Amino acid sequence: MVTFEEIKKSFLACIWFMFLTFPIMVIRVNTVQNEIEWRWKNMILIGIASFILSFFWRNLFRQKIKKGKQKDPYENTEKISIFQKVLKEKKYYFPGTVALCFFVIGFPLLFSLYQINIMITALIYVMLGLGLNIVVGLAGLLDLGYVAFYAVGAYSYALLHYHFGIGFWIALPLGGLLSAFFGILLGYPVLRLRGDYLAIVTLGFGEIIRLILENWNEFSFGPSGIANIPRPGFFGIKMSLEGHTIYLYYLMILLVLFTIFVVNRLQNSRIGRAWIALREDEIACQAMGIDKAKTKLTAFALGATWAGMGGVIFAAKTTFINPASFTIWESIIILCIVVLGGMGSIFGVISGAMILILLPEYLRAFSEYRMLIFGVVLVVMMIFRPGGIIPDIRRAYKYKSKETH
Amino acid sequence: MDWNYFLELFLGGLTRGSIYALIALGYTMVYGIIELINFAHGEIYMIGAFTALIVATVLSMLGMNQFAILICAMVAAVVYSCAYGFTVEKLAYKPLRKAPRLSALISAIGMSLFLQNYVLLAQTSDFLPFPSLIPDFEFWEPYAHVISSQELVILMTSFVVMVLLTLLIKFTKIGKAMRATAQDKVMAALVGIDVNRVISVTFIVGSATAAIGGVLIASHIGQINFYIGFIAGIKAFVAAVLGGIGSIPGAVLGSFVLGWTESFFTGYISSDYEDVFAFMFLVFILIFRPAGILGRSETQKV
Repeated sequence: MVTFEEIKKSFLACIWFMFLTFPIMVIRVNTVQNEIEWRWKNMILIGIASFILSFFWRNLFRQKIKKGKQKDPYENTEKISIFQKVLKEKKYYFPGTVALCFFVIGFPLLFSLYQINIMITALIYVMLGLGLNIVVGLAGLLDLGYVAFYAVGAYSYALLHYHFGIGFWIALPLGGLLSAFFGILLGYPVLRLRGDYLAIVTLGFGEIIRLILENWNEFSFGPSGIANIPRPGFFGIKMSLEGHTIYLYYLMILLVLFTIFVVNRLQNSRIGRAWIALREDEIACQAMGIDKAKTKLTAFALGATWAGMGGVIFAAKTTFINPASFTIWESIIILCIVVLGGMGSIFGVISGAMILILLPEYLRAFSEYRMLIFGVVLVVMMIFRPGGIIPDIRRAYKYKSKETH
Repeated sequence: MDWNYFLELFLGGLTRGSIYALIALGYTMVYGIIELINFAHGEIYMIGAFTALIVATVLSMLGMNQFAILICAMVAAVVYSCAYGFTVEKLAYKPLRKAPRLSALISAIGMSLFLQNYVLLAQTSDFLPFPSLIPDFEFWEPYAHVISSQELVILMTSFVVMVLLTLLIKFTKIGKAMRATAQDKVMAALVGIDVNRVISVTFIVGSATAAIGGVLIASHIGQINFYIGFIAGIKAFVAAVLGGIGSIPGAVLGSFVLGWTESFFTGYISSDYEDVFAFMFLVFILIFRPAGILGRSETQKV
């Protein structure tokens, strides 16, 4: 039921946004040729869009409030989504997995080289997302400089190959180790910092690494980057470009499976539970005898390890790297993946990466709006669905109060 | 030692610091009240500069004189920045006031990303030349080799803005309400302060100072693009943390310290690593004095 009050509110929102976006959206100045372009059409579009969206916005709030009221504090209120139901019940789970396996294995046979390449990129982001998930999702440390570790991995492979001729397979663990080392290097000074300070310091760290790579020409060849990085080899067998891509695809699948395995095991391990405890309440966690420093450092180091390995693979895939691939926005895309998918949830992160990386590739028309939409997604997700698309199922213990009288 | 060079760097640092201070004030005020790093603050400053550029270009084609253009552009920049600051708070932060702080922070990052790309798409990704709005004063001609009249205007304006802000916070009713809200939101609400209104006003005041800073620096440097807000915002945040976040004199002091260190560092050592140095400085400050120069260290209550 749309009341008069509602329409009035939306109308006001419409006027307000038309006023707000007027100079930026309507007028475009060309200061070189001294021309002004008036785009009144944009104003009308903004007006209509804000009029309609304000209804949705209020409606979403109403639903949110309703949901909040229904909550019974003694019940396990986390609603289980359809997806999680599918995961739990064997009836759906088994054929689903089989179908997925066939699809994954058959993917290179069904699709073109271009699609496989995109898929490899998406899989790299799955790996990065799962790595960042350890730091942000499990340990609750907001890391905005995650791309620094990615850069460390990529550059360590490129430089080790350039100077010492080290191959992919040795560089992969080495890149991971070096990144882990950098993770500890960053983690140590920031141990005492809380949420927002930590975010800004990690952001600064990411920028420091990028600026050093850009300016220290003798070390990293500056903005021109490093070319001719070899693709991964397979016992010295010579392969065509297509063969290399398909090989890399299967390699990525294996690595992602390995990542999922490790993260899953970590999540339910002693250290994983310590991370979750740390995320929930630092003081209570310390009171329970958990070593805060050690726990935080392992989170940083393990998160960085995956980023480093991702970086090595990225360098091997593109065969060319330069600092422009490692800007702060890369960190934010990875953060988007984790937040959109669901912090702490492995399946959430995988689907987040698939959505955020594959969708813009296939919707080329929208690709310039990509970052704009990412921004909106971050805000809207935080307000209406802070758990993400597929939220992490929290381990909950139910207490049933016994009738004592 | 070359004293003229030293003086040049000193004054350059002072100008730089006063601009940082204008932006840092917004950060520190917002942080003082709702304990949120307003990542979108740098973007508000960028939008202010863009609005000023658009208004100034349109008016100069209509043939107004330079002084009138400066005033109009400044007023438009301040009005629009305030409107954006207000709207951003209502849309992205207000619904999250009771949520965990990580949520609000991510929402702020999202807002910053959105505003940057909004300007990028609606305007252009290139650097736009910004008209020099501040006139060269004739009476200042003899001293112009020491400090240009532009820099003089920047220093004077920031000084006036800071004094006005101090007066606002110390002596007006809304200033008192702001201080009360910063101390304890619940208690402030209990004694009849409209907390939502106070927060809105804080955002509006912070945005206004950022817009003034935006117009001044854009006019001084002579070009803008959609990305200027990000680096300036981070720098100003570093300055706010340096001085002790939440403290207004701290933000000003931190800004000057950062401005000087950057200026001397680029002047005497290397200009390539200017930003690296600013971030290193931040890390060291946070390690050795997490509360900043003037900040008081918080004890965590359980």
